[in-house]
Amino acid sequence: MTQLQVTDSANLGNTAETNTGGDWRKYFGFSTDHKVIGIQYLVTTFVFYLIGGALAAAVRTELATPDSDFVSRELYNSFFTIHATIMIFLWIVPAGTGGFGNYLIPLMIGAKDMAFPKLNAVAFWMIPPGGILLLSSFFVGAAGSGWTSYPPLSLINGQAGEFIWILSVLLLGTSSILGAVNFLVTLLKMRLPGMGLHQMPLFCWAMLSVSALVLVSTPVLAGALILLSFDLVAGTAFFNPTGGGDPVVYQHMFWFYSHPAVYIMILPMFGMISDILPVHARKPIFGYRAIAYSSLAISFLGLIVWAHHMFTSGTPAWLRMFFMIATMVIAIPTGIKVFSWLATIWGGKLDLNSAMLFGMGFVSMFVIGGLSGIMLASVPVDIHVHDTYFVVAHLHYVLFGGSVFGLYAGLYHWFPKMTGRMVNETWGRIHFALTLIGFNLCFLPMHKLGLEGMPRRVAEYDPKFAGLNLMATVGAYILAVSTIPFVINAVWSWMYGPKASANPWKALTLEWMTSSPPPVENFHEEPILWTGPYDYGIDFEEEGEEKSVEELLAEVKVDVG
Amino acid sequence: MQIPTIDESKTALNYHGAAEAASHHEAHPDHRIFGIIVFLVAEGMIFLGLFAAYLTFRAVAPVWPPEGTPERELLLPGINTAILIASSFVIHKGDTAVKNNNVASLRTWFLITAIMGAIFLAGQVYEYSHLEFGLKTNLYASTFYVLTGFHGMHVCFGILLILGVLWRSLKQGHYSSKNHFGVEAAEVYWHFVDIVWIVLFLLLYIL
Amino acid sequence: MKIPSNITTLIAGIVLTLVSLWYGQNHNLLPEAVSEEAPLVDGLFNMMMTVATGLFLIVQCVLIYSLFKFRKRPNDPTDGPPIHGNVPLEILWTAIPAVIILIVGIYSFEVYNSMGGLDPMAAHGTMAHHSKMSGAAIAATLTDETDSPTTNNQLALGVGASPEEQGQNPDLNINVTGLQFAWIFNYPDSGVTAGELHVPVGREVKLNISANDVIHAFWVPQFRLKQDAIPGRETQLRFTPKIPGTYPVICAELCGSYHGAMKTQVIVETPEEFDTWMQSQIAANQENLNQAVAVNPANMSNSEFLTPYAQEMGINSDTLQQLHIH
Repeated sequence: MTQLQVTDSANLGNTAETNTGGDWRKYFGFSTDHKVIGIQYLVTTFVFYLIGGALAAAVRTELATPDSDFVSRELYNSFFTIHATIMIFLWIVPAGTGGFGNYLIPLMIGAKDMAFPKLNAVAFWMIPPGGILLLSSFFVGAAGSGWTSYPPLSLINGQAGEFIWILSVLLLGTSSILGAVNFLVTLLKMRLPGMGLHQMPLFCWAMLSVSALVLVSTPVLAGALILLSFDLVAGTAFFNPTGGGDPVVYQHMFWFYSHPAVYIMILPMFGMISDILPVHARKPIFGYRAIAYSSLAISFLGLIVWAHHMFTSGTPAWLRMFFMIATMVIAIPTGIKVFSWLATIWGGKLDLNSAMLFGMGFVSMFVIGGLSGIMLASVPVDIHVHDTYFVVAHLHYVLFGGSVFGLYAGLYHWFPKMTGRMVNETWGRIHFALTLIGFNLCFLPMHKLGLEGMPRRVAEYDPKFAGLNLMATVGAYILAVSTIPFVINAVWSWMYGPKASANPWKALTLEWMTSSPPPVENFHEEPILWTGPYDYGIDFEEEGEEKSVEELLAEVKVDVG
Repeated sequence: MQIPTIDESKTALNYHGAAEAASHHEAHPDHRIFGIIVFLVAEGMIFLGLFAAYLTFRAVAPVWPPEGTPERELLLPGINTAILIASSFVIHKGDTAVKNNNVASLRTWFLITAIMGAIFLAGQVYEYSHLEFGLKTNLYASTFYVLTGFHGMHVCFGILLILGVLWRSLKQGHYSSKNHFGVEAAEVYWHFVDIVWIVLFLLLYIL
Repeated sequence: MKIPSNITTLIAGIVLTLVSLWYGQNHNLLPEAVSEEAPLVDGLFNMMMTVATGLFLIVQCVLIYSLFKFRKRPNDPTDGPPIHGNVPLEILWTAIPAVIILIVGIYSFEVYNSMGGLDPMAAHGTMAHHSKMSGAAIAATLTDETDSPTTNNQLALGVGASPEEQGQNPDLNINVTGLQFAWIFNYPDSGVTAGELHVPVGREVKLNISANDVIHAFWVPQFRLKQDAIPGRETQLRFTPKIPGTYPVICAELCGSYHGAMKTQVIVETPEEFDTWMQSQIAANQENLNQAVAVNPANMSNSEFLTPYAQEMGINSDTLQQLHIH
């Protein structure tokens, strides 16, 4: 039962018997094992996801009727502010990069651990205090100026809560930067001998792009927040027009991070989807290099489009045109990815398990968010729909339909690897169906609401919007209910699910070449790169039983040796 | 069950320590300096963001510095700048020394660097106390104090790093021509602080 | 079997195009367009909606088709075909979005130009200064701002004159001020201040937008126009209302607890009706001024001063309570 036994037993065949996930206490301590840290990230951020979801449910409850009748207006503003902050800084960013990045990168590149294991643990342990700090601000009146926290509103609106918000975001941002340093060094320096950049799984390419983006953009947010906190606490006037400051400068600095943040939140899921679809479609990824390079392209373009959030703010005409064109150009690499995924699925042999369903759901939902994104890029249309429910719909199609569907796909796909147990597929499919229905019911009507004239971040609205809003609220409740089967399924399967073999999906990336869950230093023996990550359909005629991959591996070793 | 758990985590930690130590002496490359450089990219971006904000404030304002801002003395900051730039060469001498296995010389050079850094900080404090504007006087004053203050914090941290290296160098055989990550890290960081100051000096005093 | 499958693809393509074209014109998602400029935006939106519908249908059809057609059969352990890519196909799906973007980009640019977004006059901030409102008390709330110099005159913020009208003065100038949580409209030519925006149909109107406290955004969905009201900066919107009626004026930028209640109306009316209204306002204003002399508005608090306007601005006592807090 103990970890030591597992480490000792180098025999791949019976590790599944002895390895039951190890001692659960290690998940509550300062572990430097990247797999433990990855799971710590995933579980912690999922708890915050549930809290953020509860806040969202409260927001939708308020909006079920046109009047402000559920909570006070101040509390309502705090609800959506903290909802957004949690979902971004405590769920999608740390789950996608910290969770999956930590768990998968060393396994995928055949390394024993991350480059700096202690730094990695430190980065994780900044997350829970950051989150608790943020939530504790409800006792003093949480920040209520939106997650954008635009001055001068943020300077006059509940200062204690605002200051706690700044501290919390600075803490979480630092964690994110430390993580990115670790990922970059690990990816660039610690790949298995023989694994060039072009033999890396696409998730690694995505994480390479994301880490560069985090490294360049997050510090600028820190700069903005430092200046904002001076305005707030010391009474300077960087962003306060009464003292000669300029609130638009804050917007530039804020969006210089927060637009790339959108790609920080979606690129890891792009990478995960690129790894999940080929496995369950039993077909090589279509256009490996195009997908890999488009990640880099998105990462670069993501840095030069921030002012498209400011088309109706203080942005001069020629700048609006530049940012419009730059934003639209991002559609090209994104389109390449979507079409490549479709081509990967096309003609494959789809195993429609929960991971694949969420993967295909991701493509389907993300496309809607992408298309509304192009509409928003166009300045004349954006002038109309900026800061309306159209934007709310768009961002949720990208961040929920995209990122969260991607995270669920990843959780289902790597669950056997992480826990050594299989999930219950029936409940997984129910979870998918509920999520898809609830999600669309909640967010599809918002497109029309926004176009018709409902601004975002309001506690009350014109009674003519009541019908669609009620529909969205019902959708939100379905969405809330949809997490119940997932949580029960995940917890039950983790404890009692059927044992998973080393490679239940017959996948080809390296993380499946070790036991499930992998031992402390990942591989019982130095792994050997004997196939590309996506070489499906080549020599699997005699495939059919579990052992074949290991046998092939043994053969290759003999050949190499 | 409690005790085995602790032991286990300890062994895990020790194992990593051992692995790290082993990677030093073997041919395996040490990634820590690369990691520091990557981290400094992020640090540099904070300063770049603040510089960009400063330049925007400056570009938007009709008069810069705003009317009524007292003249700034250039002599003291100039001397301070010269000291900081010179210290970069001094710290490099220390790095060269340790690469020649000359730990005694390393100690001397690092001590001189730390003193030069301290003189720089003292100069900053002196300047602050003699300036005729405060943090809230106007936008220029606020940016001045925040930028130099944030840089000063980095100088402080750099001095602490250097003192840390000095402390460790007292231990026999801690640094050698093959094993001197701490020395290099302190040096790289110090150069970074230096470069940031040059840009800052140009922006705040000269332009 | 080769030819029928081609024909199916062809028919599917035609159906897809027709559906997209139809939906692009009949989506019924936008409110009525009541200014000269609004139909231009709608044209652009409809065009993008057409393209988006087409792409949406392609992706969803491929996914749903695959779901059924390429489902793994039981007891089939083999993999799919080892296709790693197809360069001409990849070039094609890089090129098509590129062309679409080029077209959408140029079209957007044209629409933006016709709306007056590129008005060079806007680039010099022709409106030198926001003339003070009549009624000294409101100016009192403005003192902080009017004391500090309006810093930037170089940046064009907002939507200016359309190319045909460039260089000409608008028919009507209106100063719009956003404050927590109301809009105040001031007609500098006649000195009238009101809580509702009245504009004559068919005349070009220029709004000079500013904010007293925090950032607000002036939005009239039926005009398809929105511009942030930024404290310390002047922004503007220029448009020509076309269809008489009453439309909402909405604050679109979060401005505090009563952000959702910060609404008023824009009333587009015939020039005669507009003149009548203007005359009545001038008369009312005279009375106000007389009162003001008696009461000395500089000593009044915000809420005291605003109370007479509260009814027409749609403010209730809660809002006024709010003003006391700040």
